[in-house]
Formats: sequence, C-alpha cells, structure tokens
Amino acid sequence: MESIPVEHGLILAVILFSIGLIGVLTRRNIVFVLMSLEIMLNAGGLAFIVAASRWGHAEGQIMFLIILTLAAAEVAVGLGLILQMFRRYKTVDINVLSEMKG
Amino acid sequence: MQDLIWLLPTYPVLGFLILVLTAGRLPKNIVAIIGAGSVGLSFLTAAIIATQFLSSGEDYFIREVWTWMAVGNFSPGFNFYLDGLSLVMMLVITGVGFLIHLYATGYMADDPSYSRFFSYMNLFIAAMLMLVLGDNLVVLYLGWEGVGLCSYLLIGFWYANPDNGYAARKAFVVTRIGDTAMALGLFLLFAELGTLNIQDMLNSAEAEWKVGDGLAVVAALLLLGGAVGKSAQLPLQTWLPDAMAGPTPISALIHAATMVTAGVYLIARTHILFELAPSVQELVGWVGLITLLMAGFIALTQSDIKRILAFSTMSQIGYMFLALGVGAWSAGIFHLMTHAFFKALLFLASGTVILSLHHEQNIFKMGALRQKLPVSFFSFLVGSLALTAFPYTSGYFSKDEILIAAHGLEGPGMIFFYGGVLGAFLTGIYTFRLFFIVFFGDSNAAHLPEKEYGGWNMNGPLIALIILSLIGGFFAVPLDPVFGQSEEHHVSGLLHTFMVATPLIGIAISFLIFYTKTIPVEKLMVSSFAQTLHKFWNSGWGFDWLYDRLIVFPFLWLARINRADVIDGFYALVVEISRAANGMIVKTQTGYLRWYALSVAAGLIVLITLGVLL
Repeated sequence: MESIPVEHGLILAVILFSIGLIGVLTRRNIVFVLMSLEIMLNAGGLAFIVAASRWGHAEGQIMFLIILTLAAAEVAVGLGLILQMFRRYKTVDINVLSEMKG
Repeated sequence: MQDLIWLLPTYPVLGFLILVLTAGRLPKNIVAIIGAGSVGLSFLTAAIIATQFLSSGEDYFIREVWTWMAVGNFSPGFNFYLDGLSLVMMLVITGVGFLIHLYATGYMADDPSYSRFFSYMNLFIAAMLMLVLGDNLVVLYLGWEGVGLCSYLLIGFWYANPDNGYAARKAFVVTRIGDTAMALGLFLLFAELGTLNIQDMLNSAEAEWKVGDGLAVVAALLLLGGAVGKSAQLPLQTWLPDAMAGPTPISALIHAATMVTAGVYLIARTHILFELAPSVQELVGWVGLITLLMAGFIALTQSDIKRILAFSTMSQIGYMFLALGVGAWSAGIFHLMTHAFFKALLFLASGTVILSLHHEQNIFKMGALRQKLPVSFFSFLVGSLALTAFPYTSGYFSKDEILIAAHGLEGPGMIFFYGGVLGAFLTGIYTFRLFFIVFFGDSNAAHLPEKEYGGWNMNGPLIALIILSLIGGFFAVPLDPVFGQSEEHHVSGLLHTFMVATPLIGIAISFLIFYTKTIPVEKLMVSSFAQTLHKFWNSGWGFDWLYDRLIVFPFLWLARINRADVIDGFYALVVEISRAANGMIVKTQTGYLRWYALSVAAGLIVLITLGVLL
C-alpha cells in the first residue's frame, strides 16, 4: 500500500491551522470564532496523527483522543458563554465585549 | 506603705488615661475632680511615705517594680529610689503640683478644652515623678523626655494662635539640643562604667576615675548640656520667656516650680561626677552667675508681667546653679524648694490679675490694683518679699546659704559672692518695680476690673502658698545623707549685714523710682546710651537676634534653596519613568479579543523563529 508522504500531512495541518487562525483573527461573529478554534485544534490533532504514523508510535493517537475530549469540553463551555453573552448584549459581535481596556 | 511608692506616678497616669480616653465628654466638675484629685492622692501618698521614710531613719529606699528590658548585661529596672533628694523633689512636685491643679480648676473654668488641659497636666506630674524617683538613668531619661513633651503640649495649648505653636516648637527644639548632649552623656557613662543605675554608676565612677579624669570631665559636660537646656540657663535660655505663651498655671507648674529645675536635680543627683570634674563644676557656677545677672538686667526692662517673672525664674535657677557650682548641693536644692513656693505663688497671683483684667499682661496698662484685687496684692507682696530674700521669708534662708557658701569657696568664690549679691540687688529692683507699677500709682487699665476673679479653689492655693513662702525657710530638708555633712561656712557680721541690706537697697530704689517717683524714669532714659541699653536688655541681650542669624536664618536659607528637593528629584524621576512606561503599555490593552490572539500568535512566531535561527 502506497503511504502518503509525511510532508503532505503536515502541510495540510499547517494550512488548516492558518485558516483557523485567520478565522479567529478576522471573524466578528463569536460563533464563527469558536468554529475557527475547532479547526485549529483539529489541525493540531492531524499533525499528531501524521507524526505518530510516520514513526509508528501510539502516543500521537492518544494525544488526538485527548484533544478531542478537550475540544468537546471547550465547545460546551464556549457555547454556554456565548448564550450568556447573547442574553445580556443581544448580539454575537465579539467587538462589543471590549470594555476591559487599559 | 513605702512599698506603695509606685502609686505616686500611677494616680496621675490613671487620671491622664481616663481624661484622654473620654476625649472631653465628661462634665467639667468631674474632670476637675479627676484631674486635681489624682495629684491630690499622689500628694497624700507622698506625705505618708515621707513620714515613714523619715521616721525609719534609713538613708535610702529602693522599690523594684519590674525589669524594663534585658539585653545582655544591660537590664535597666523600672525601679524607684527614694532618698532625701528625691523626697524633697517628690513633695514639691506633688504638693505644689496639687495646689496648682486646684488653682487651675478655677483658672481654666471657661476653657472649652478643659479636659485636655488636665490630661496633659496629669501626664506631666507622672513624668516628673518618674524623673525624680527613677533609680537609673534610663527611667530618669524617660521622665526627662516626658516632661519635655508635656511642656511642648502645654505651651502650645491654645494652638489656634500660631505664635503659641511657634513658642512651643522653640521650647522643644532648644531643649532638644540639651537633651541630645545628655543622651550622649548617658551613652558614654554606660559604655565606660557598664551600668546606668545611678548609685552603682556614681560608686564605680568614684572608684575608677580620679579627680580631673578626662572621661569624667566629658561626661559631666554632656550632662551639664542637658541641664542647661532644661533649666533655661546660658546659652540655651532663649526658650523660657516665649514659653509664657502657655496658660498661667502651666507657667507656674512647669516653667517655674518643677520642670525647669530638673537640670538642678540632675546635677545634684550626679554630684559625685561633678566633684570628679572640678573644672566642669566651676563652669556650672559661672553659667549660673552669668545667667542670673543677665536675666536680672533683662527683667528690669520687660513690660509683660509673665515675662518679668520668667526672667526672674531664669535668674533664680542661676542661683541654684551657682550653689551647685560652689558645691553647696543642699543649699541649691533648698533654694529649689523655696523658689517653687514663692514663684508658684507669684505666677498664680499674676494669673488672677491677668484674668481679672481680661487677659491683659502689660504692666503699664495696670496700676492701682491693690484695693480691687486684695488677694493678688497680698500674694504678690509675700511672693515678692520672699523672692528678694527679705529677712525671715523663705527665700532669705536659701539665698543666704548659697551666698555664704560661695563666699567660702577658694578661687572664683569672691566673684561668685559679689555677683550673687549684685543679682540680689537687681532682684530687689525688678521685683518691686513690677509690684509698685501693678498695685500702686495711677490706674492705666484699659478696662478696670469689676471684681477679683476666683473662688475658693483659686484663693485657697494662693493662701497655702503664701504660708509656705513665709515659713518654707524653716523646713529642715533631709539632704545630709545624700550629699554628706556640708561644711559650715561663716561670714563676718558686717558682710552678712551687707548681704541682707543689698536687696533692701534695691527695694528702696524701686520705691523711689516707681512709688514716690522721686527719681523720674524719664530723666534716666534721656541719654541715648540708656536707651540703647534698654533696647538691648529688652531684647534679652540680643540672644534671639544672634541665634536667628547664626542658626535659624542659615537653616531657612538651606531649606529655601532646597525647596525643589534635590533628593526627592531622583525618586520623582523613577515615578515619571514608570508612569511613561505604563502609558505605553496601556495602549496594548484594547479590550479586543482578536488583538490578544494576534499578539499571542505573533509572539509564538517570534519565539519559533528565534528557536530555529539560534
């Protein structure tokens, strides 16, 4: 079976990570910011799996499972916060939450 | 009962605490009972202790209360030491102190800060008792500073007037100079002799140092510095006249009867040290002589009734120093006691005059008061006679002893003697100048007194002090065990007549000038020399002028050029830098989430780049 070169996997992970980061930096809707964060987390997970299959170690897979769990918890908390925010400010625009400046 | 000596300062301290903690909420009559009563209780206890002590026939008595602190071999106790010297001081402080407290309950009756006044007074009595009863120099120093503090608080008692605050600060700062010298003296004594217990220290000083030893001279000089500051002697005398800014009972209690004589007590207490340093002892005599003459001349020209008495106090303490200087320790302390009686009397009587005239203090705005103010008149008469050493009043006996002892001294004794007699002559003139101007002649009062001020609580102390001033000379002070049997001095009958007659001549001159006006003052004042002299004496021999130029003005000049505060500039710079840095960093705190995410990402990129490159 022809194996996918490790570089391809890592480049895909970098592209995904960059897309996620750009999303976090540019999106104003907080739901999309959260989604972009998810993309970044998955990019990180992908990099772990690629590295694990390249060197034949199981730790990468375990790392990915931890990231999955973490992402699930993060989404739960994040969505809860978003609900609170929407209830208080009647908006999902992240720029509204900028009172805490120096 | 002697064990209860610790009660003496405890009563006034309790009174002080009650009055301070209630912060003036108590009604005035209760304040009066607590304020005067605590000192009265002290006096009763002191009287009982004194009778027991004298009948026991012992030379001294020590009551150990507790160890104050223990650091290595330095463990000063909080102990009381009673001997003839502290006995006399203790009785004067509590006795005269009680009379003055009683008087003050009437004198201060209209003052809104009644309670504050008595709390300070009680604290003063407690501190003064610590000073004279302490068995080591640490307790003595505690009392010493305590009375200084109370003096400061009470001179500036009417703090609404900035002049009073100035006078209080002046008194505090000037005496502080002396106190510093004294503290250095205590350090030196402890370093050299290893103990601060007064009796141990004197004994080991006597054993280790021979007469004229350099260390003894330095230690005695430093202690003399403290005494000179506290007792308002040359060259630290300038604070006492200004201290008259305080209420009159304060002038009577602190600046005549007790605190200003603390210097005399200190020297008498450490007299062995001064005997080991004869040159310093002679200096004590010179300081006393010069001060008593200077103050006498100044008193001739003053017009404020309290300032005249203040300069007279300075002059009389000069006599005490003179007595100490010639080694007549008992005579000095005896004069301290009689002076406490008649000077307290004079001050309290002047208080009645001042109150009756609605706070008029200029003697030239008084006159012909003898019928209007009979009690003050009689008090002044007796007080003035005792002050001028009129035969068989209290002042006569004590001053007599001093002058005779001075006469018996080798070396400068003759100068001391004739200087002292000249001082007595001046005393006669200035005392009766005051007396005749205030109570005789024409009335110059801006507002005539309707009646004499004061009830039983003001007249009672005056009468008690009149009696004490008359008979005080017959009290036998039990000082021989303290100072050793003093050698008997005698002068020839002619010389003695001369001594007694001189102040009487002074009185007679005063009578001619200010009563019958046979010698008109105007004629004396015609020449420009007399006027210059008058101005010079009136300014206190220009000492304030001199000190202003030597010390105060240079200091103010330094303060002025340093107004921008050079040292503070450095710290201000640190503050400015922090603030500028803060201003820069604060801009990054935008509150936008994306900014923070971006800075995290940018930081990461920088770190990774660094990691790759290096």
